[in-house]
Amino acid sequence: MSNMQEIDLAECTLRDANSQLQGEDVTGAWVIRNPRGRHALAVGLTAPVDVLVDGQAGYYAAGMNQRANVTINGNAGPGVAENMMSGRVHVSGNASMAAGATGHGGLLVIDGDAGARCGISMKGIDIVVRGSVGHMSAFMAQSGTLVVCGEAGEALGDSLYEAKLFVRGDVKSLGADCEEKEMTPQDLAHLQSLLDRAGITEYPADSFRLYGSARRLYHFHVDNAAAY
Amino acid sequence: MTDNSKKIPRTKPRFSATFDPFTISEIQRAAATGIYDIRGAGTKRKLPHFDDLLFLGASISRYPLEGYRERCDTDVVLGTRFARKPIRLKTPVTIAGMSFGALSAQAKEALGRGASAVGTSTTTGDGGMTPEERGHSSILVYQYLPSRYGMNPDDLRRADAIEVVVGQGAKPGGGGMLLGQKISSRVAKMRDLPEGIDQRSACRHPDWTGPDDLEIKIEELREITNWEKPIYLKIGASRPYYDVSLAVKAGADVVVLDGMQGGTAATQEVFIEHVGLPILSAIRSAVQALQDLGMHRKVQLIVSGGIRSGADMAKALALGADAVAIGTAALVALGDQSPDLAEEYARLGTVPGAYDDWQDGRDPAGITTQDPELAARLDPVLGGRRIANYLSVMTMEAQAIARACGKSHLHNLEPEDMVALTMEAAAMTRIPLAGTEWYPGKGSF
Repeated sequence: MSNMQEIDLAECTLRDANSQLQGEDVTGAWVIRNPRGRHALAVGLTAPVDVLVDGQAGYYAAGMNQRANVTINGNAGPGVAENMMSGRVHVSGNASMAAGATGHGGLLVIDGDAGARCGISMKGIDIVVRGSVGHMSAFMAQSGTLVVCGEAGEALGDSLYEAKLFVRGDVKSLGADCEEKEMTPQDLAHLQSLLDRAGITEYPADSFRLYGSARRLYHFHVDNAAAY
Repeated sequence: MTDNSKKIPRTKPRFSATFDPFTISEIQRAAATGIYDIRGAGTKRKLPHFDDLLFLGASISRYPLEGYRERCDTDVVLGTRFARKPIRLKTPVTIAGMSFGALSAQAKEALGRGASAVGTSTTTGDGGMTPEERGHSSILVYQYLPSRYGMNPDDLRRADAIEVVVGQGAKPGGGGMLLGQKISSRVAKMRDLPEGIDQRSACRHPDWTGPDDLEIKIEELREITNWEKPIYLKIGASRPYYDVSLAVKAGADVVVLDGMQGGTAATQEVFIEHVGLPILSAIRSAVQALQDLGMHRKVQLIVSGGIRSGADMAKALALGADAVAIGTAALVALGDQSPDLAEEYARLGTVPGAYDDWQDGRDPAGITTQDPELAARLDPVLGGRRIANYLSVMTMEAQAIARACGKSHLHNLEPEDMVALTMEAAAMTRIPLAGTEWYPGKGSF
């Protein structure tokens, strides 16, 4: 920790804090002290730096991250790592709704639970949740992978496109056009890789089930009107 | 007895005003297909509009400016509230958001070329920013939409302004639908979707749900872009007083207010024709909201939806807008509805002036299509010139009117320069009925 460059939000503004972390020429490891639930922390980072948010983060922490490795040592508010492009975001506590929303790439790891709409409209991001996820998770998820070691709430994967959803526990209900799929060896290998990257060793990959799109709603048809 | 039957006049076939031929055809189409009609463009019904207002011009009580001799400035600065780099337009008419996907790459390039030639901005749409669009638009507004298709922070930083789209006039409260025939491989790749599927765009943003959340979202966008970019908020006209008030509260630099005459790439006919407000009825409420908050001219107001001419622009500005945006009119300037295409329109079952199947990708003008052969028909250089010509004409028309009213800047036009021709227009705008000093709600006649 002694080699970390320190930003104390009790002593500076959010703009000062973020501007020190943004830009291609930023290097090294950083710690943000006294985040106190501040919104938009460590957003728009582009350099491969390590950032530790030492406490609770508000909305949109690490939003639109590119290449940075951000760890939130606490809980995160809505939209953590929203629209992440690359890099890694790790939440040691719980995450509120819309975690990883619309993310295009990178890895989001949540050690606790995630709220409603986790992975909504995801576009290539990989999300691993050690706990459970709330209702409407992976709604309109386009691509990428959501791994849930706990349970999933109602309407998992509603209106899903090509994202893959691995859930170990119970799924309260599947959303429109989401169905259970047969797990191939490639799927198992992909899941194992994500578990390894998330540092999860206690759950074997073959204890998960795979869900994906039935592709019945890809073309609007009146016979499916009740599903829309 | 003589046979007089041949002398009895017959009544002519009489069409019902309620079950008119269009309505009957729509019932027949619905019964045959079991699906509602989806089309492009905006409402086609007759609505109170800018045609229901007139300028008074100067006389003895007002002093006009000399055309061609005395200046009438047209510039406008957008984003002065918070943005470190506000946008400066030479003329207060911009190109509204239209996506690559809905429009061909050639059309997007032409719009950028034309807007840049006259010193104004153009706007991306659902699906993200193309290099051609960025390259040919000197001032580019980047739309931030519920779908977040193609959304990435590099483009956000490349943009000159950011427009958070909450809704649009053709379908306030509705999402989008781009039918499979327009999801080419390039469009699919930009949106991260399978090629050829019917693509839905969400009606709500995925990570915020109300004005308090929106305020935080705007803060995030500002933090990512170093507080440089003006943040626009686009709303479809429905409850303009409250929506504009909440937009100001959420921290917008600019509010874009789109009336129901505004076009869409593809929406249900019933939605286009039955949801929303005509722009004429929305401007005064929006301006009132800004005035009540002490933010008129501090948060700029752009209005759109049925703007066709310099006269429309001048009337919108006189009602209190800071600028206007055009979409459908720009497509017409590019070549949409051209009589030269009459034979091809006939093969599509329509005629020039009524073509609205922008959703099906078979546009013979090469504008609302992703078909390479059709799109190649549109020369982006020539199209850009046509757009520039049209924008210049609009500006000159508005200047002509402003000078006649004695104004040395388009923004000096004011409600007192106008009268209303109809009771409806007077009620909606609080502009006095022509020949009176009265509008509905104002004391005695």
